[in-house]
Amino acid sequence: MADTGNILFSGVGGQGILLASEVTAHALLAAGYDAKKSEVHGMAQRGGSVTAQLRYGKKVYSPLIEPGRADILIAFEMMEAARYLLYLHSESKVIVNTQQIKPPSVAMGQIPYPAGVLDVITEKGVQVVTVDAFDIARDAGEVKAANVVMVGAMSAFLPMGAAVYEEIINTRIPERFREVNLKAFAAGRKITA
Amino acid sequence: MLSFFTCLWQRVTGEGQFLYSLCVVTADNKKESLFIGFVVRFASHPGEADEAFKSPSKAENIKQEQVKKVTDSKQLWMSGNEAIAMAAYEAGVKVASGYPGTPSTEIMENLSRYEGVYTEWAPNEKVGLEVAIGASFAGVRAFATMKHVGVNVAADPLFTASYTGVRGGLVILTADDPEMHSSQNEQDNRNYAYAAKLPMLEPSEPAEAKELLKQAFELSEKFDTPVLFRITTRVAHVKGVLSKGEMMQSEASCGIEKVPAKMVMLPGNARNRRKVVEERMALLREVAESDQFNVIENGDNKRGFITGGVSYLYVKEAFPEASVLKLGMSWPLPEQKIREFAAGVDELFIVEELDPFLEHHIKGMGIECHGKDLIPNQGELNTSIVRTSIDPDSAPELFAAAELPMRPPNMCAGCPHRGVFFNLSKMKDIFVSGDIGCYTLGFLPPLSAMDSCVCMGASVTIAHGMAKALGDEGKGKLVSVIGDSTFVHTGINGLINSVYNDSKTVLVILDNRITAMTGQQNNPTTGCNIKGEAANAINIEELCRAVGVKHVEVVNPHDIQACKKALKTALDLDEMAVVISRAPCVLLPEIKNAVHNPYLTATENCAGCMACVKLGCPAISWINITPEEAVAKGYKEKQKGFAVINEVQCNGCGQCAVLCKFEAINRKGE
Ligand SMILES: Cc1ncc(C[n+]2csc(CCOP(=O)(O)OP(=O)(O)O)c2C)c(N)n1
Ligand code: SF4
Ligand code: SF4
Repeated sequence: MADTGNILFSGVGGQGILLASEVTAHALLAAGYDAKKSEVHGMAQRGGSVTAQLRYGKKVYSPLIEPGRADILIAFEMMEAARYLLYLHSESKVIVNTQQIKPPSVAMGQIPYPAGVLDVITEKGVQVVTVDAFDIARDAGEVKAANVVMVGAMSAFLPMGAAVYEEIINTRIPERFREVNLKAFAAGRKITA
Repeated sequence: MLSFFTCLWQRVTGEGQFLYSLCVVTADNKKESLFIGFVVRFASHPGEADEAFKSPSKAENIKQEQVKKVTDSKQLWMSGNEAIAMAAYEAGVKVASGYPGTPSTEIMENLSRYEGVYTEWAPNEKVGLEVAIGASFAGVRAFATMKHVGVNVAADPLFTASYTGVRGGLVILTADDPEMHSSQNEQDNRNYAYAAKLPMLEPSEPAEAKELLKQAFELSEKFDTPVLFRITTRVAHVKGVLSKGEMMQSEASCGIEKVPAKMVMLPGNARNRRKVVEERMALLREVAESDQFNVIENGDNKRGFITGGVSYLYVKEAFPEASVLKLGMSWPLPEQKIREFAAGVDELFIVEELDPFLEHHIKGMGIECHGKDLIPNQGELNTSIVRTSIDPDSAPELFAAAELPMRPPNMCAGCPHRGVFFNLSKMKDIFVSGDIGCYTLGFLPPLSAMDSCVCMGASVTIAHGMAKALGDEGKGKLVSVIGDSTFVHTGINGLINSVYNDSKTVLVILDNRITAMTGQQNNPTTGCNIKGEAANAINIEELCRAVGVKHVEVVNPHDIQACKKALKTALDLDEMAVVISRAPCVLLPEIKNAVHNPYLTATENCAGCMACVKLGCPAISWINITPEEAVAKGYKEKQKGFAVINEVQCNGCGQCAVLCKFEAINRKGE
């Protein structure tokens, strides 16, 4: 539906996807949108593929993004970007953290990590932005802030200005972690803005 | 310093479920007991989160003006489960009991943080419901929560509570899991409303869940009936915008009141109540006909949709112009209203997930409609399935999904269960009768050491049944495995049977000191209650001995050799034997937050035998090399690769070190 924006977060259990999706959701709410977010909990989270689906607009009914309707795919791991090709359309924006996490079959040496895994997306002419979120977060002072770097990189594709995110970080993050978060956010945003 | 990010990272790593009240405000209505900040309350150790939750002064760095800012805001961003917990509190629930199970778990976890509500984890759903029935009999509002399959366990009290009715309002929440995201089946629990002759309410989204639950308690008291409340994964684990509401009060009065005609279900009394149930259903049908729960949204009259639960949202999005009859009450159905609605539209569609529940009853009224002839009866629906099932031509062109290696879940690095399953995987000819919990992952490669898994508690019983069928052929070959929580849930009954009926099988109780799979809940063996406060602990070995098991051995599963010996000894006995594998889940705070003493690979010593890789620990990975690379590294030319341990992930359990015969795995610094 054209009047609803759809953001698909994907990655591996443990990468801070929920945090990233929460920051984004709060920014959208602060900007006056209605929003719904769907998560899957349970077994998959023990190192399996995980997603969060965030939809926003004037009024959101369904909590689920339809295949072919994700406007933004924000993937925290390369293979986990390619896995959701079905959800993309030609105008989608894909933001990918360049980190690779080996699934069991790769870790056990049975198969290699697929080479050029993002090609399946770029082949379709979909815009892909790669982000070395880990390195950027380290430079910002905390590697674990990679997820906030990703939110920063994505933020340029959403209607809200940086100030809205900064407000969320300022009001909802304990003081001693604010600075590093703000830095991580700004560094991420710089990539795409 | 354990930084904020570190907390997050560690808490999410390999996490099961969690309370996803991330930067959310959960405030109790009365005062400022609230918690904000970027602290994710993943359901680790309840006590840990409680700290921050209950006493704002302790929550780190929360400034008073921020607290105020959020308190003033009317808008809350909550999951369905958080909303339901808040609604139960606002409804004046005094006693709530439940057993964890995805997607219901966070309701009790959240409710336990509100003041003035007694909450508990019950050992199983039958116990939980009976506790709630008791509280209702004492005249207070009572709430029981469980996942869909939990209702099977609680079905016995459920069906008769329908006859007794209530004193204080009684609501039973069933959280169904279409698509089986985290379940062994996808039964449709609307069928229970029909079978047990109980009204059922069903919300579509968190905001509605909150309003509907409060009305459920009123309905219960007004019509003297337990009320079933059904949610699905896409209501429970969906976040949406909602607001706080008014506090309500029960009409009932708390106290002992003897009403044998209602509370003593002997045949004579039950026959009388049976009639009351029918009279009540007739009255409830009138409620269904009203606009309280079931509303017609007039659109164009070409197509009309009858729908409820989350399916309503998909219909609204797929067919925004159409007329819709939204059923917030799934049972009993408003026949009159349905007839009128059907008469007003050219074509009638019933859109519902899973069973043709509405469809069957509507067709039974003699009304023509489309339903499962178009809409799938398996798995979840979504907007696109609903749209294309009805208008196949509307299917958009999609990019074909890429073929990629699967990323299935795995037991955590250092999981104690791994030691047991590794040993079981090495034993030839045994049959491992499994159960449900994190340890069910022992089924997956490379260990592949589980041969059956049906429902909670079925490990020990199925092994017993096989033993009786196989006779001598099964001797020394039948092992069952069960977690601590599952053992108390329904495993103990099976063990009693095995002792009584002289089983000669081995039961391994995987005691990781917590209910891990559903996200770290306490249980009767952990020594803590739902709030993380000290509680009486059941001693598992004494319990086993008390029911008559003579051979009970406790073993540390990280000690691979000792574990092997204990299993062998037990299998060689010609009697029912119990082995308790005891070591804490690595996600327990005392393990998670401890300084880890990891193992490292001295890759120069690695002979490429893959012994450690076969454990399947996610901290260990295998690097393939070419013969040239092998030579360059000083290996034999034919060595195919070498193993590497990821120091950050390694938990220092030591299981892999024992398996390495080449001294290539050593504790860091040793
Ligand atoms: C009747 C029923 N209730 C609840 C569940 C959800 N459930 C699955 S496993 C589990 C608990 C497992 O705990 P435990 O036996 O201690 O094993 P662990 O996960 O700690 O290894 C629960 C609550 C279920 N599958 N069936
Ligand atoms: S039981 Fe094992 S797999 Fe489950 S959370 Fe604990 S350590 Fe991880
Ligand atoms: S010691 Fe070995 S098996 Fe245990 S967590 Fe570390 S790498 Fe995994």
